[in-house]
Amino acid sequence: MSDLVASWPAPLLYCLGAVWLALVVATVAVTIIARRGASNGAELVARTRTWWWIVAPVSIAMLLGATATAILFAVVSFLALREYLSIIPVRQVDRTAILLAYLAIPLQYWFVHDDWYGMFVIFIPVYAAAAIAFRLVLAGEVKGFIRSAGTLQWGLFLTVYNLSHVAFLMQLDMAAPLPAGGAGLLLFLLVVVQINDVAQYVWGKLFGRRPIAPHVSPKKTVEGFAGGVMTSMAVAALLSPWLTPFGPLEAAAVGAGLAFLGFVGDVTVSAVKRDLGIKDAGAILPGHGGILDRLDSLVFAAPIFLHYVRYYYGA
Amino acid sequence: MDRFRRITAILFFAVIARPVLLLATGLRVLGRENLPVAGPAVIAANHNSHLDVVALLSLFPLGMLHRVRPVAAADHFLKPGPIGWMARTLLNIVPIDRSGKGAEAAIAPVRAALDRGDIVVIFPEGTRGAPEVMSRFRHGISLLARSYPDIPFVPAYLHGLGKSLPRGEWRFVPFASEAHIGAALRVSDGDGAQMAERLQNAVERMAGEARLSGFVAD
Repeated sequence: MSDLVASWPAPLLYCLGAVWLALVVATVAVTIIARRGASNGAELVARTRTWWWIVAPVSIAMLLGATATAILFAVVSFLALREYLSIIPVRQVDRTAILLAYLAIPLQYWFVHDDWYGMFVIFIPVYAAAAIAFRLVLAGEVKGFIRSAGTLQWGLFLTVYNLSHVAFLMQLDMAAPLPAGGAGLLLFLLVVVQINDVAQYVWGKLFGRRPIAPHVSPKKTVEGFAGGVMTSMAVAALLSPWLTPFGPLEAAAVGAGLAFLGFVGDVTVSAVKRDLGIKDAGAILPGHGGILDRLDSLVFAAPIFLHYVRYYYGA
Repeated sequence: MDRFRRITAILFFAVIARPVLLLATGLRVLGRENLPVAGPAVIAANHNSHLDVVALLSLFPLGMLHRVRPVAAADHFLKPGPIGWMARTLLNIVPIDRSGKGAEAAIAPVRAALDRGDIVVIFPEGTRGAPEVMSRFRHGISLLARSYPDIPFVPAYLHGLGKSLPRGEWRFVPFASEAHIGAALRVSDGDGAQMAERLQNAVERMAGEARLSGFVAD
């Protein structure tokens, strides 16, 4: 235990402390707003309370290490995949292939835990995809085959493959030691992407005029997007010396990239929901909606961030 | 023997049924405040899966379990073997005879349970049918309601469990599930329409609010 505590890099603890402090401030602010009888007070309180339920397990897992993080994200992937499979159209003959898709979760996260990078990057695109296709063939029903194979594999990419990259940040072998270890990269990614979400919302509320994707997500605006990008750049530059190997300019550029990718993930999940005619993907996170509604902005940002770091700073 | 049965049932729900339903299907309950807190009462739900009854019973406090009794076909669930044992021991079913001696004879054990003050769970479709497809509620429940004009008949809409464990399948596959509990209906405050119809309308209304999708046709 004392070894574990001694292994926590100081910069990581400072940044985690800042996140918790921000959440305490937000909780107090929201409680006061709700007391004063704001119309959306109850929803804001629920949303902030849910943030605690997100931040606490992630903080604890990060401090416990790569294996705990892999286990936590395996559970998150399971919840996200179940949510996805429960809202999209599936056929009864797809049930066994769906069971195989779930089975990919413990395997994929085992490769994360085992730090087996080669298998981690190919298992789902190569082996899981082949197994699911073959099982769907064995089911013997060709009507709807393409849709089933396509939706199942795409769902596995979004909710398991892409998301598992968040956990693998804990395992990257670097050319030079990081200021806050792999956990620092993970925290950097999560904070920048989630602040971008909030910033896009706030900037959009304040100055939003021109819709950016009117048919998919009518509330998203050019002004909100631009504000989100600038906020993310500033936050990324500010955090970079404690958590990343980036210099301030590079960090700002990475922040802009993450803001853009977060936006792409967000509108992608919005398009899925629009296609199905639903507003939220689930109800597991009060005030936010489903797991997918919260994770949407990570699905493309996480793998691309990992590969950027690995390419330029990996061993 | 009865004490053994009761403890086994409580253990089953506390250790297996509730955690599995929560972890694997994330059972989400809407309208929990509409659940009866004491008998006699009737809960009428749509039926798609063996899990339906487990899900409904899991909503009640453990100490109340022995007073919540699902109605089930005697010919199917009184047979020896594991299914019959589970139905009798863990679920404490009210067995009814559907061999064709008439509706009155069939519902006699249900009357007895209500007269004892139990909460009775009925699936008025009579069978699980195709996954996530509702068929007509049968009139037996209207017959029952006429003799108990003042007791609450609570409509419940269950969704998702028919995808996780549909009829004829033994493999459990996780899907999200929901239980919607509606406001109680009574013959005494009705407009004269048959209870079966009123319950079915209530359940269909709740089904219209559900977000999850059923199976698409193969």
